[in-house]
Amino acid sequence: MADDAATGAGEVEPQDGREAAAPEQLHGHEVTRSHDQVVLHPAREQYPDLLKALHDDGFHTVVDLTCVDYLSHPGRAGLPAGLHTERFEVVVNLINHRRRERVRLRIQVPESDPQLPSAFELYPGTEAMEREAYDMFGVAFAGHPDLTRILMPEDWIGHPLRKDYDPGRIPVQFKGAPANR
Amino acid sequence: MTTTHDELSAAPVERTSEGAQELTSADVVAAAEGLRERGAVLRLSEADAAAIEPDQVAADETMIINMGPSHPSTHGVLRLMLELQGEMVLRCKPIIGYLHTGMERTGEELTYLQGPTNVTRMDYAAPLFTELAFSLTVERLLDIEVPERAVWIRMLMTEMNRISSHLLFMATNGMDLGAVSMMLYGWREREETLRFLQEVTGLRMNHNYIRPGGVAADLPDGWRDGVLRLLDMLPPRLQEYDTLLTQQPIWRERLQGIGVITAEECLALGVTGPILRSTGYSWDLRRDMPYLAFDQVDFDVVVGSYGDCFDRYAIRLAEMHESMKIIRQCLENMPKGDYRIQDKKVTPPPRARIDESMEALIHHFKIFTEGFKVPEGEAYVAVESPRGELGCYIVSDGTSTPYRMHVRAPSFVNLQSLPHLMHGGLVADGVAIISSVDPILGEVDR
Repeated sequence: MADDAATGAGEVEPQDGREAAAPEQLHGHEVTRSHDQVVLHPAREQYPDLLKALHDDGFHTVVDLTCVDYLSHPGRAGLPAGLHTERFEVVVNLINHRRRERVRLRIQVPESDPQLPSAFELYPGTEAMEREAYDMFGVAFAGHPDLTRILMPEDWIGHPLRKDYDPGRIPVQFKGAPANR
Repeated sequence: MTTTHDELSAAPVERTSEGAQELTSADVVAAAEGLRERGAVLRLSEADAAAIEPDQVAADETMIINMGPSHPSTHGVLRLMLELQGEMVLRCKPIIGYLHTGMERTGEELTYLQGPTNVTRMDYAAPLFTELAFSLTVERLLDIEVPERAVWIRMLMTEMNRISSHLLFMATNGMDLGAVSMMLYGWREREETLRFLQEVTGLRMNHNYIRPGGVAADLPDGWRDGVLRLLDMLPPRLQEYDTLLTQQPIWRERLQGIGVITAEECLALGVTGPILRSTGYSWDLRRDMPYLAFDQVDFDVVVGSYGDCFDRYAIRLAEMHESMKIIRQCLENMPKGDYRIQDKKVTPPPRARIDESMEALIHHFKIFTEGFKVPEGEAYVAVESPRGELGCYIVSDGTSTPYRMHVRAPSFVNLQSLPHLMHGGLVADGVAIISSVDPILGEVDR
């Protein structure tokens, strides 16, 4: 069933059947499988080194970088046992064109210090995606050359995709409401 | 949810101080900017990057102008800040967000069954692809397989949509470069393909046709005639475009050698689709990481060799022929059977059953009000849209709405190539370059 695969029971039966007991490793990180997709869970400090290793391994493109706010769903699925969870999770999808493989990184980012090293130097294509994650979630990327808002207006307050952001706050400006400018 | 409102509002929501989204003046950032724009991409050292930098011009010799957001050749509401020396573009910064409507947030409020109505509005020129990516991701989370016929209908419809999207490109590309007759022809043929899409889905655009579990409705009677009519009509028309444009000296003059990008730069920047293929890098998710039944059909991946605007035009023209090849195979191989999965958890009961069965009525009501629950988990599934890799990342918390729904929009990422493509060119070339990147701003801003 899908539930098994998602909650981790599916991990002990890897598709290739090579390893049954010890968890699969990739670049020194435990591999979990989410619906047949390879997921790694580096700590924040290990993230730049892992990116470097993956880049040398042929993962030349960061396809996608986004963030998830687990404020109202802290007990999420698919994490290896014993991993300390945090409120934010930055999700990075990489692709290896030669071997036609994908790998996904899920990095825990704490609410008290929402920042992560930028992947820009290795993967300049993350420029806009990191800006989007910053704009929408307020996760800062240290070393990003131009960390400004990208989708929201530059004087916007708050980060709209955070779960505690109340989207109903914006006054509706018709029906005779006094204009605010 | 167990979290109370107090807990939720405890987190700080403060004004950010990131500064204005502006192009800083050249004498402040010239070297750093050059390193950022080219050095990072080509992995050059600081000295190497400085070496390829053209002679620095004083700030008072340059001019910063805004192109857009309301400009006929920016395809909607794209704003470009250009730093010009005379008519040469030194730097360029795309500024987006004018069409941002929070669709990812909206996606968290809608059930999985309502989801396609939302995502279909992202890429409004190729709406079926976003629906497909969304549906495939939900099906991956549910661990269900849709019936054969639904798979082939999806292939037929998305390839038809690819043709209509590329025809739109042909039209706007012609318009941007002053080939107004091409614009009229492109719109005319696109309308014919949209008419077929309308016959099947009921709408010209924003179809909401591909849904988790299959498609919304079976192909109507006479669909084969509609497809055959298009397959008869299109090849001579495409031949006309070819005659009109491909060998035309003005057209070649405007496009060849303009906006050149290398495969290495494309990979570093995450650029996909026809732009990546124009550099000679043969990469198409339909062939390289097949989804649906693309491993069972025969088609070619068209690549260019120079990575310029002309290659991107020629690739899209040729891709329409490849799509027609796939459509022809869909015609021949269209299996019989059901057009959606018969899983009572996902599929509403047929309309006729509602009249005679109380349970069916309740079931119908529950599915359309509450939606179906999707097991906890997360998945990312990508498809090859006319613009590149279109991915959907969904996190489910076990309820009937996604906890997080993110769409990896190819136009959003491809726009990052604009500063590289436009560097050192003329403003008029910039128009050709924007056009050849073919961004859809609905998808860029979401």
